[in-house]
Amino acid sequence: MPGPVPGIDGARAFQPRATPADRARALLRPGFSPSFISWLQAGPMMLVFLAFFLVPLVFVVIVSFWDYNEYQLLPAFSGRGYTDTFEGCIAKLPELCTIGRTYLKTLELCFLVWAITLFIGFWVAYFLAFHVTSKTWQMGLSLLCTIPFWTSNVIRMIAWIPLLGRNGLVNSALVDIGLVKQPVEWLLYSEFSVVLALVHLFTFFMVVPIFNSMIRIDKALIEAAYDAGASGFQTLVNVVIPLAKPGIVIGSIFVITIVMGDFITIGVMGGQQIAAAGKIIETRLNALQFPAAAANAVILLAITFLIISMMSRIVDIRKEL
Amino acid sequence: MKEGRSRGFYVLSAFFAAYVLFLYGPMLAIYILSFQGPQGGLTFPMNGASLFWFTKLTQGTGIVDLGAAFRRSLALGFVVMALTVVLSVAAGMAFRRKFRAQSILFYSAIASLIVPSIITSLGISLEFRIVDDLIKAHWNDSFETSMGLFTSGLGAHLTWTLPFGLLIMFAIFNRFDPRLEEAARDLGATPWQTFRHVVLPIILPSVIGIGLFGFTLSWDELARSSQAIGPVNTLPLELQGLTTTVTKPDIYALGTVISAVSFAVITLALGAIHLINKRQAAKGSDAGKGLV
Repeated sequence: MPGPVPGIDGARAFQPRATPADRARALLRPGFSPSFISWLQAGPMMLVFLAFFLVPLVFVVIVSFWDYNEYQLLPAFSGRGYTDTFEGCIAKLPELCTIGRTYLKTLELCFLVWAITLFIGFWVAYFLAFHVTSKTWQMGLSLLCTIPFWTSNVIRMIAWIPLLGRNGLVNSALVDIGLVKQPVEWLLYSEFSVVLALVHLFTFFMVVPIFNSMIRIDKALIEAAYDAGASGFQTLVNVVIPLAKPGIVIGSIFVITIVMGDFITIGVMGGQQIAAAGKIIETRLNALQFPAAAANAVILLAITFLIISMMSRIVDIRKEL
Repeated sequence: MKEGRSRGFYVLSAFFAAYVLFLYGPMLAIYILSFQGPQGGLTFPMNGASLFWFTKLTQGTGIVDLGAAFRRSLALGFVVMALTVVLSVAAGMAFRRKFRAQSILFYSAIASLIVPSIITSLGISLEFRIVDDLIKAHWNDSFETSMGLFTSGLGAHLTWTLPFGLLIMFAIFNRFDPRLEEAARDLGATPWQTFRHVVLPIILPSVIGIGLFGFTLSWDELARSSQAIGPVNTLPLELQGLTTTVTKPDIYALGTVISAVSFAVITLALGAIHLINKRQAAKGSDAGKGLV
């Protein structure tokens, strides 16, 4: 995050270091105070976020307390969205109710995807930052990792069908070498394929921030660690990982929030059979039960923010961007 | 780090190569399979090679008008791209000095990036529904909906592209030399002239990068569009709908067409960035050329 840069616009006429050019500029722009210009520049983006993000979030919270029937929203206070969601949760104790089981499953998926993307992301970033020394190669290889991010997620999901399907490449190979007699069924439309696709799609979000942190590490520190007799492993644990921590945390926040709210990858790759936090919202919406969908959105939002606030205690996000 | 190539280098090179294969391998598979012969199925082996599934695509698959969805997505993508560039550059300039509401805007952008898309999408759809209901109740009871591609849909896409644009602007100005602007100012340039003739040419490659993000993220956007797009669908939404019904390679052909647009835009943008960088390297500095 750039702070105010000294020398740009910060030096106003009343400040001791104002140059003649500053004064001339102030004359050329009578009536346009710097703060007015800032508003003019930042205002449009602020308005977009206000109209299409902040106000909608407020509506989600408000509507989650409305009543509903089969046809429409009823703007009257009701806790039905929430009571419907948690139906049977107390009666069933100590067994988990549907919503509890769904969230447990979502967290489990989240943890798996997080662990795998962190492992892959860390080593890919490490390779790019420390082993690729030529700037041109670094650019080229980073680009190679970025290009898929600019292409369609759905296509990258269906791309697994010819590989993992019943008659896909993996199954035919397994049958051919005699490892299995029948094609394996759990490769596609299963939790396995969901995790695989999520890792495939979102490792990028781990690579970029970790790479950003690593590239800022002074190489002399690593030299120093070696000179002081540290082994490669000790250098990694005591020098590289602590300094890359901000990137690791930011990447983790991205991946975890994406997976927590995902309903498309889980839907397409799970054959619409796996329940998840985002899927509940989609199901409620398809049934036109808006308050129930909104209530689920509020719950998801609360849990997501809980996770983020726990993680951002480890690192000041604002300082790192 | 150390002289020569360590063993770690080769291990990690292999790891990186495997990762790249993992990224691109599946995509390549469907590009190849979209050229299946008329008798071919969803998996290998290829059953002849033909453009059969592409021609089938132009004839339309059942009730879905893919051509119209294609044009809609393209139009929306370009509008999102233009707005993302303009709003991000403007806001990026604002962030170079302190202004009130600075942290509100910053945290809005970050929150917009990480709040699950389905929640944003749901919120926008509720907002528009409530506005619709108000219009119907008070002004015009035959009113249909204010939701649409360039109202709620455009807004939904911008909540996804603008945070990327803003973060790229931060990265640009982190390594921007403000003395260049001071020099322009000392030579009597107005703020607009300074921006137009000094700042913009320098940051242009990155600005094209913002445009690239703006278009491609909108072109492929799905989660935020899902509830907020209104009565007509974008191309990715149609594609997602087809995943549950289509069992023939035309879905791969559609995937190949969509990717071809992405790759064309990526190539154009990267090509332009490369050209500008080369020009800047050639003409940007007169260092070492002596006094003129």
